[in-house]
Amino acid sequence: MSTTTSAEDKRGAWSPRRRIELSRGTRLLNNEHVIGYLFVAPLILGLLVFTYGPVVAAFGLSFTKGDYISTPKWIGLDNYSALLREDLFWKSLKNTLYYVVGVVPAGMVLSLLLALAMNQKLRGIVVFRTIFFLPTITSSVAISLMWLWIYNPEFGVLNFLLKQFSIKGPAWLSSPTWAMPAVIIMAIWRGLGYNMLIYLAGLQGIPDIYYEAAEIDGAGKFAKFWHITVPLLSPTTFLLLILGMIGAFQVFEYTYVMTGGGPVYSTLTLVLHIYNNAFRNFQMGYASALAYVLFFILLGLTIIQFRLQNRWVHYE
Amino acid sequence: MAMSSVQLSPPRSRSVGSLLLMGLAYLLLVLTAVSMIFPFYWMAATSLKTEARVFAFPPEWIPSPAILDNYIYIFTELPFGLYVYNSLKVSMLWTLGVVLSSSLAAYAFARIRFRGRDALFMITLAALMIPGQITMIPLYVVMTRIGWVDTQLPLIVPAYFGSAFGIFLLRQYFMTIPQELNDAAKIDGCSHFGIYWRIMLPLAKAVLATLALLAFMGSWNDLLGPIIYLYDGDLFTLPLALTRFRGQYYTQWAYMMSGATVSLVPILLVFLFTQQYFVRGVVLSGLKG
Repeated sequence: MSTTTSAEDKRGAWSPRRRIELSRGTRLLNNEHVIGYLFVAPLILGLLVFTYGPVVAAFGLSFTKGDYISTPKWIGLDNYSALLREDLFWKSLKNTLYYVVGVVPAGMVLSLLLALAMNQKLRGIVVFRTIFFLPTITSSVAISLMWLWIYNPEFGVLNFLLKQFSIKGPAWLSSPTWAMPAVIIMAIWRGLGYNMLIYLAGLQGIPDIYYEAAEIDGAGKFAKFWHITVPLLSPTTFLLLILGMIGAFQVFEYTYVMTGGGPVYSTLTLVLHIYNNAFRNFQMGYASALAYVLFFILLGLTIIQFRLQNRWVHYE
Repeated sequence: MAMSSVQLSPPRSRSVGSLLLMGLAYLLLVLTAVSMIFPFYWMAATSLKTEARVFAFPPEWIPSPAILDNYIYIFTELPFGLYVYNSLKVSMLWTLGVVLSSSLAAYAFARIRFRGRDALFMITLAALMIPGQITMIPLYVVMTRIGWVDTQLPLIVPAYFGSAFGIFLLRQYFMTIPQELNDAAKIDGCSHFGIYWRIMLPLAKAVLATLALLAFMGSWNDLLGPIIYLYDGDLFTLPLALTRFRGQYYTQWAYMMSGATVSLVPILLVFLFTQQYFVRGVVLSGLKG
């Protein structure tokens, strides 16, 4: 009698028996509903104040002009039209897309390779896993500073190593052409451990019988990989793609710490642009409009991905 | 049928092709591992050199002499000890808040039947999809109005009002605990809060540890919050303090590297000792589907 399934519970909560139990002298404080609400009271407050309240407020703010001191002034769609006309906005969008396209696919392919290697049941896997995870748990700031030094044109290790191969290394973060690639390389390096781990989990979830059946049919290693591993791994790939895309679009700390958006705005990313407008220029209306544009871009891309998944993602 | 599948597995791993593949795999892993470790090593090595030797060309691979002067400098001339303390304080308070508020709400979602429970849970999950850039601006306005700017409060207080991810994680776990335990406790006269405090929480130690680690890591490494809310140098946390080493014309690399190394040590230690929880936590945060 005590172990009811949740389906029964739903029905039973308002069944005659339950109602009689509740009304039969149950004091207010023992009422399940009240207790439940007490438990989630902080959450409800938090959702209102820290999440959904600001979401609505930011939407309203995006139609105003103001700094943080004076009262905001309603200006309708002016922020949005100004945004579309602003060169820096398009530049930041282009830079961000450049970053996303540079980081996400390459990162996933490399991580998959690493995961395949880790899956070979070699010795010392735990050591490798620990090492690969180091960049993930390190703060973006520390990573950025670390690589800032590595990328130094005159004294940095990277250009020194390139020199050993008779390649003259570029000015990396001081060069408008090479600054973003430098950030991209670092970002890929950092994300490898995390992506690899998720791919590994996905790989280990593929039942061996599929491979054995393919072997019986005479499939070679590559055929097994292409026709079994890849399709069965597609849910994992999809997940990493979505997460990676959303995360990459919001890149901020790398560019803030390493280049401040330069040189010549070549590493100005969308979130950095939002930050500059919000906290350097104190244009909270405009910044809110920018933030909403980012949100809609992300929403649109995510919806597209979800629609497309029917074409290539195999769920069992 | 059964016989043939048994015969298929063991002998294959001895073939030359398989050994070659394993060799390649090892090579890839080792090369990647080296490339992972090297920047960390280089950062630590640079921190042990004098400013002059930092610029030695060709680079000095192993610092000799290896000096601790940089570390002494940042802890005496600069208030790095204060920054470490600030980071510890903020992160620990944050973690406590996340664990408490999330477990309370998760318990309610898992075990208490109240009106609108499932709808509220969906709303909570939906909050995960909202990018922080949208909420940060109005929140800043609010914080300005109530005078919390230039304090550490905005970096601590929100944790006590629920974390959507934490709630999701814990609720999933709580729901796997047998209902009989609840009922037995109820028969013994235990209140919901009593069940939560004396039964659910102790049982959930592993998941709570995982959540605590993730929360701690998130707070420890956070830069955006401190940037926008902290102005008084005495309140700085480590990530913010580190950005200050970067001058417009001249960067003090040796000090910067030693500062960065210091910021790494606590989280590194925690990670090494609680690896499995960390890994599980990060994977779970990605696999929340």
